[in-house]
Amino acid sequence: MTEKKSETGGEFEREPVPESALLGQGKFWGMYAGEHAAGTEFMIGPLFLSAGASLQDLILGLLLGNILAVLTWRFLVAPIAIAKRMTLYYQLERIAGGSLVKLYNLVNGILFCFLAGAMITVSASAVGIPFGIDYAIPEDMFGLGAPSFTGLVAFVGIVIAIVAASGYSTVARFANIAAPWMIGIFAACGIVSLTQMGATDWATISEGKWWSDAIAFVQAQDGEQQFGFWKIVVFAWLCNGAMHFGMADLSIFRFAKSANAGWAPSIGMFLGHYMAWIAAALLLAAQIKLSQDHTANPGALAWGALGWTGILCVVIAGWTTANPTIYRAGLAFQGMMPKSSRTVMTLVAGAVATVAGAFPNLSAQLLGFVGTYGTVLGPMGAVIFVDYWLMKKFGLNDEHAHKTNQSISIAVLVAWLLPVTVGLYLIFWQGIFAAYAVIPCWVACGVIYLVLSKMTQGNVQVKG
Amino acid sequence: MNSTAKIVSLIALLVTIVPSVLYFLGMLDAGPMKWVALAGTIAWFVATPMWMGRETAT
Repeated sequence: MTEKKSETGGEFEREPVPESALLGQGKFWGMYAGEHAAGTEFMIGPLFLSAGASLQDLILGLLLGNILAVLTWRFLVAPIAIAKRMTLYYQLERIAGGSLVKLYNLVNGILFCFLAGAMITVSASAVGIPFGIDYAIPEDMFGLGAPSFTGLVAFVGIVIAIVAASGYSTVARFANIAAPWMIGIFAACGIVSLTQMGATDWATISEGKWWSDAIAFVQAQDGEQQFGFWKIVVFAWLCNGAMHFGMADLSIFRFAKSANAGWAPSIGMFLGHYMAWIAAALLLAAQIKLSQDHTANPGALAWGALGWTGILCVVIAGWTTANPTIYRAGLAFQGMMPKSSRTVMTLVAGAVATVAGAFPNLSAQLLGFVGTYGTVLGPMGAVIFVDYWLMKKFGLNDEHAHKTNQSISIAVLVAWLLPVTVGLYLIFWQGIFAAYAVIPCWVACGVIYLVLSKMTQGNVQVKG
Repeated sequence: MNSTAKIVSLIALLVTIVPSVLYFLGMLDAGPMKWVALAGTIAWFVATPMWMGRETAT
């Protein structure tokens, strides 16, 4: 993302980005196009069909949800990013203290590992196709697939971890090169799938029987499920909750010349989270029509549509997503132990991700996982929002930990953990759809942070 | 060199995607569609690294 370096050789991790290092709009549009047309799309798209979403709900729900996501980036993240021009981590450190940022890093790193694990599963599913290695999802959440598939996951995971440990720039460059091609392949997959289902004229496409037949087949096998309009809207809006509500993309938009760069995620949303998701769902519908098989095996789905090109796309999409994710997880772990080697921490992250990838059912839970991810990390964005917009209006210190030399802000710690604990309880013990918890946890975190700050700030000496 | 590589990349991308449209229109069979798309893919990954992500000499 960045081309300019600070005088200390870094990328302005601990200082505001200077005027001379700001980037034009094109950089942001290109980055978001690549970042959101990725390996996860091959998993998420078919899951909508498996969950029983109607075609109309999918088309309209994704449209509205993605518009809301773009508006959140533009009006929540971008204004704070260009006003402060700091990374999420540095802003959090100034507000919450260095020790709390380390805890945040640990949680972030573990969640990154699970996401990377799902991508290792996706890549292995495609690599296994030419070798006839069976990909089957066991019933148990922590059940292993066939021994040959587990071995393949280990091989793919080790390769990805070693490449990630050797550095980021080559992988990032390859991901950029692959991005336009991958977007084209997603589109081609959708077009081929429609053709395979005989939906080659407007009347047949708009009738949508090919979709409802596929839904009926899945529900006959797995029982009736509902995935309605508002559930789709909320999922599309909040699946990147950690990036926009959670403010992780402050680290990106701090390089923007104006807040209008906040419109750039629209290209990622409408190519990756709209066209690519629908195209990937069509792959499963076509497979059901052709072979009465509703297993959402990304490799087999892409093979059925485009042959070797499809296999290459799944491998590259999974690899280019898993690699930077493992790299970021390694950095997050290294942040916990600054004296450790980045290479070692990246390999540790790769090992955790590989173990997670060996359980195929985890990757089949991506719809729930990304919601949980937003529920856990999103609320920290509320702390930044309240600190920037409301603290001074309520007569309180902003960046209080920085001004009082605190290593951990109890107000932030309680404001973060309390709603997240309730949210996780509702998700895992009461069974609510994970994405539904993101906004309530975000609002609760902001309110608790404000109230606790009002109660505690007077007790702490402000330096200077 | 750069502009030639860019043109080759553009053509390669079209060669990757257009066969699926021709298949949709009934003008190409599934087998040839897949092989032409693979040829376009190979051409894309040969041509595009020649210009994308490289620093421009000043």
